[in-house]
Amino acid sequence: MPRRTLFRGVRLVDPASGQDGVTDVLIEDELVASVGPGSSHGKAEVIDADGLVMAPGLVDLHAHLREPGFEHKETIGTGTRAAAAGGYTAVCAMPNTDPVTDNAAVVAEVRALADKSGACEVLPAGAITKGLEGESLTDIAEMAEAGVKLFTDDGRCVQSSRVMRLALEYAKPFDVIVCQHAQDEALSEGWQMHEGYYSALLGLAGAPSAAETIVVARDLALARLTGGRLHVTHVSAEDSIDLIDRAKREGVRVTADATPHHLTFADEDLVHYDTNLKVNPPLRTPEDRAALRSALAAGTLDAVATDHAPHAPEEKEQEFDQAPPGTTGLETALSAVLTSLVEPGLVSLADAIDRMSTRPARLLGLDDHGGPIAPGRAANIVVFDPAVDRVIDETCFVSMARNSAFIGRRLRGRVLWTLFQGAFTVMEGEPAR
Amino acid sequence: MIKHLLSIGDLSREDVERILDTAESFREVGTRVIKKVPALRGRTVVNLFYENSTRTRISFELAAKRLSADVINFSTSGSSVAKGESLKDTALTLQAMGADAIVIRHSSSGAPVTLTRWIKGSVINAGDGTHEHPTQALLDLFTIREHFPSFEGLRIAIIGDIRHSRVARSLTFAVSKMGGDVTLVGPPTLIPPEAPGWGAEVSHDVDAVLPKLDVCYMLRVQRERQRQQFFPSVREYSRLFGLSRARVDALPDHALIMHPGPMNRGVEIASDVADLPQSLISDQVANGIAVRMSLLYLMLGGSGPSEEGGLDA
Repeated sequence: MPRRTLFRGVRLVDPASGQDGVTDVLIEDELVASVGPGSSHGKAEVIDADGLVMAPGLVDLHAHLREPGFEHKETIGTGTRAAAAGGYTAVCAMPNTDPVTDNAAVVAEVRALADKSGACEVLPAGAITKGLEGESLTDIAEMAEAGVKLFTDDGRCVQSSRVMRLALEYAKPFDVIVCQHAQDEALSEGWQMHEGYYSALLGLAGAPSAAETIVVARDLALARLTGGRLHVTHVSAEDSIDLIDRAKREGVRVTADATPHHLTFADEDLVHYDTNLKVNPPLRTPEDRAALRSALAAGTLDAVATDHAPHAPEEKEQEFDQAPPGTTGLETALSAVLTSLVEPGLVSLADAIDRMSTRPARLLGLDDHGGPIAPGRAANIVVFDPAVDRVIDETCFVSMARNSAFIGRRLRGRVLWTLFQGAFTVMEGEPAR
Repeated sequence: MIKHLLSIGDLSREDVERILDTAESFREVGTRVIKKVPALRGRTVVNLFYENSTRTRISFELAAKRLSADVINFSTSGSSVAKGESLKDTALTLQAMGADAIVIRHSSSGAPVTLTRWIKGSVINAGDGTHEHPTQALLDLFTIREHFPSFEGLRIAIIGDIRHSRVARSLTFAVSKMGGDVTLVGPPTLIPPEAPGWGAEVSHDVDAVLPKLDVCYMLRVQRERQRQQFFPSVREYSRLFGLSRARVDALPDHALIMHPGPMNRGVEIASDVADLPQSLISDQVANGIAVRMSLLYLMLGGSGPSEEGGLDA
């Protein structure tokens, strides 16, 4: 007997089909059975979804699940449950694990772990260079055959122009994304935060925006040269956006994302030396933040990506210069976007869902994710209350980690139901068992 | 009075005046045969020094002892910290032992701010990384005040590695707060481009600045910065920014020469210049004790039920 759930009176926001209106949605086993008011539903469990929003499950281009190698920070099990709690149904797992995901065997291991314990789809990202050393290319074809869609040395930036050129060139036949964490290492050596008024005031070594922009400019030139497919992740500086915008207009194959924390915070928020706000790349100025918000609204930035970076408490509870960079993000991303962008009217709800689900799903070639929510489609879905307010505290995380930049912040919106391939991974706001 | 002293920004102008005024009365204690008052009897002050600093630690230690406080020197070498104990656990330990004030010196900017999360008592920043060194600025103000009736319109140049200097930050903020005019002088690589936002002038030409000064404040230059290429050679640095005998002649007669120590004689300051009568380097050291007594007294003893022994007791 099929398991049937009817969401009645839900506001369906589905950028892939262009729908935005109140309707009923019936889920039957792993599929969407029907969409439309008064769908016949026989013996379905009925969820009164009045006032709630249904959207395609969120898709994250950039998360650190830490397994294998750093299971004291996060595991694929806890990381994907955190993802589900945040409304995600697919995440791209960064390769800076131990061992580094720089060959098909590690890709297979990550996939196996995800199949066993994953509460959402996990797409292992592959390293561009062996051991993230920036010197020799990994077996990109073999990993692409194993299903890798995105290659990055994230956490490190490919410094050599030649290596980056070859990566963009070599990867072309496999239709995969070459994703860069843009940061000139010599110009940002020893950095603790954005170089500017506040770094000078706080006595913290700075990384100037130019450290990012120089690499973005170089990589755009290389994408132009090679015709390769470049993705610039966690863009932080206004100047980088200007370059990306121009390149897009000129037809360069480039996409880009920004994080919820760069869209929310700025360097001025570091005055209390809160290590949860120490992130890589650093939070930049309020002007940069405003530019990121506009670029997300305009679509110059294609996606919001969390850069979920869990750390153990003892790693973050240190002197500022000794704490590792990173904030968690999977469980707060949707609320952060609702609070910083949708609530002030900078981005429509439909565009927010587009940047958090539909576009990243298309970038990764994930047909089952990102909508449309239509009969016969896989039920990868999030249902959230867009109106509820909550204050984030250390106790409200499913992730093993508590290093959230948003602790103490009032955020809008809460995920109540997440369905991954038709199975509830979140029920009534709680992780499903 | 404030609970913690983490940066000069924590202090109002009135706070600064009160600290300096109180320091006047404590200076006399240092001239007595028995250099001790019972103001902080029964209080515990911990000197938590993660970085070697003989002069600052001794200055705080003497200040606390002259106020009759119990003083514990916790230096990190050979301690639990050397065994890998975190700042948090060290703080919780000191908290459990009932420390009333922790004086912290640390190589990480912001470490005193972080420490306040775990400490119920007062935290005093005795120099953190390249951030601030507020008690140095207070003792410098105290030293300057002995020679000038008011800080209003006082013209001071701070010369050297502004970028990496906690002394420069605190002194700039302190002098500006009190109404003086600060000019920061050094090579552009050693002055943050945002320094004008601190309310200071910036110059790269020592000789243009000297004739207008009331106070010429020299900073120690670390040879490490040359290895990092902030300037090409010590010789060139010294030629462009060192305080030579000839440059002293360009200063007005009334101008004072100051240096927070330790000095590199022959680099930022010529040896015979350091020994001139207008060089107040030894006064700065002596005044440090009185100013730190004042601060500890006001922060720990100025109020509360245990105030049994005041200044005159």
